[in-house]
Amino acid sequence: MRSVLPVFTVMAVIIAIWYAAAVSMNSGWAYDQAERAGKELSFPELISNTMSQDRARLPAPHQVAVEIWKTTVEKKVTSKRSLIFHGWITLNATLWGFALGGVIGLSLAIAIVYSRVMEMGVMPWAVISQTIPIVAIAPMIIVMMSLMGIEERLVPKAIIAAYLCFFPVLVGMIKGLRSPDQMQLDLLRTYHASPTQSFWKLRFPSSMPYLFTSLKIGIAAALVGTIVGELPTGALRGLGARILVGDQFGPPIRIWSALIVAALLAGALVTIVGVLQKITLKRMGMLR
Amino acid sequence: MIWMLAALAFWAIATGVNICLAGSNHRHKRWARILVPALFGLSVLGLWEGIVRVLEISPILLPPPTLIASKFAATTDLLWKDFVQTALKGALSGYFIGCAAAFATAIAVDRSDFLQRGLLPIGNMVAALPIVGIAPILVKWYGFGWESKSAVVVVMVFFPMLVNTVQGLREADAIQRDLMRTYAAGYWKSLIKLRLPAAMPFIFNGLKIGTTLALIGAIVAEYFGSPIYGMGFRIQSEAGRLAMDMVWAEIAVAALAGSAFYGTVAMIEKMVTFWHPSQRS
Repeated sequence: MRSVLPVFTVMAVIIAIWYAAAVSMNSGWAYDQAERAGKELSFPELISNTMSQDRARLPAPHQVAVEIWKTTVEKKVTSKRSLIFHGWITLNATLWGFALGGVIGLSLAIAIVYSRVMEMGVMPWAVISQTIPIVAIAPMIIVMMSLMGIEERLVPKAIIAAYLCFFPVLVGMIKGLRSPDQMQLDLLRTYHASPTQSFWKLRFPSSMPYLFTSLKIGIAAALVGTIVGELPTGALRGLGARILVGDQFGPPIRIWSALIVAALLAGALVTIVGVLQKITLKRMGMLR
Repeated sequence: MIWMLAALAFWAIATGVNICLAGSNHRHKRWARILVPALFGLSVLGLWEGIVRVLEISPILLPPPTLIASKFAATTDLLWKDFVQTALKGALSGYFIGCAAAFATAIAVDRSDFLQRGLLPIGNMVAALPIVGIAPILVKWYGFGWESKSAVVVVMVFFPMLVNTVQGLREADAIQRDLMRTYAAGYWKSLIKLRLPAAMPFIFNGLKIGTTLALIGAIVAEYFGSPIYGMGFRIQSEAGRLAMDMVWAEIAVAALAGSAFYGTVAMIEKMVTFWHPSQRS
């Protein structure tokens, strides 16, 4: 709790910088308009003008807040202009991708921990797979899916999300499954425990802290993947599509409001996983 | 069918060799550490080729590796031009500016514990955000050239680098700091001689995360407007006309560039942080 005040201070500084930037970036347009109207702008007029432009280069924070309020609370959830509607589409793909990526990461981690060939052969490729920019693959996955007759936009987005999500889970779980020390493993061997038993009774439980830490990274990565999957592909629904449409047709404020909602969504998802982590670890007696 | 059998046979042999190698005493040697993944990768490529040929999958859906390789060889000029535009001009310049700015910011807030405690949670949160979404805005601000790509990369690498550097600078023990004080070392002396070296593993962690983000940022930004060359532009336009062999060739370039970039940073890390336990196996 002792970091609450510093966090708020830094946030206030960021918002102040945002306001200052809004004034300086929007002043060009304001001066231009004033010159055409043959007027001189006084400083207070300049400020109020830059704070309230419809198509501002950089909308002021309160404009974004108003836009978010309008498109979430005041719109019906089923409306195509509601950010809750678009956020739900994105969330859905994110969760599918997260589930898929989590399962892939977990099973690869188990295979790598138990098989040396897998470790030597597959692990380097898992690392290389993350140095390939996923966005390079996104348009191709979508074209491939539509050629295969899967018109549903959910599937390609979930695949891209899973591609980004599996790696942190894999790395974390390899560490986690190897965290029991040799003494504990030997103890189970003296009990004549089978590999399956030693997995369920020792390795898996002791990997829990690592699992949740990497799931937190993974779910944020899955959201990034989903939004990236929506960006370059002409998707019509979802927060990424909202950013795209705002870029091409709408006022820039739509991009900003979609971005902020995406940020809130990311924060909420990470917080939920964090709460699950606390509950699980507490019940397992691992929380110090 | 003969293709499939050949591919399967190659896959079986490669897997067999891998199993032998992994079980033998050579497994810690450097050549084995390279050979095993290389064989695995080749066998996957072989299977891919075999499956595509036997099932006669249309090259529009999934071109075989040989077709991609020949396309790659035939269009090296074009690929090189795209690579220079996106990776060298866009990603690399933004990477350097962003990392340098984050490093400078971390040093600047280093003296204030208050600012650090505020910055760490916010930076951690921002580092998890889908910042790529900012790409269309920055392309609008800075135009279609590589400058806008560079700006996107700066924003993307800034926060992971900042968080890691701030975290790293806290790494030196109180005992070690006290020792520096007994030597009458001032702030800058103890920063350069003790705390920066101690922070290096964290700083390199940030630098490594940045390498992949830099390429992603530069490529995504090109989807929102670019000159008629660049990796992102090429991928999008060629995927639009279903020229999948060209898309795959470009992906190969991206993979090579990404791996080389990451590998370079990892190599420098090895030289700088040779003392760290993770580097001395």
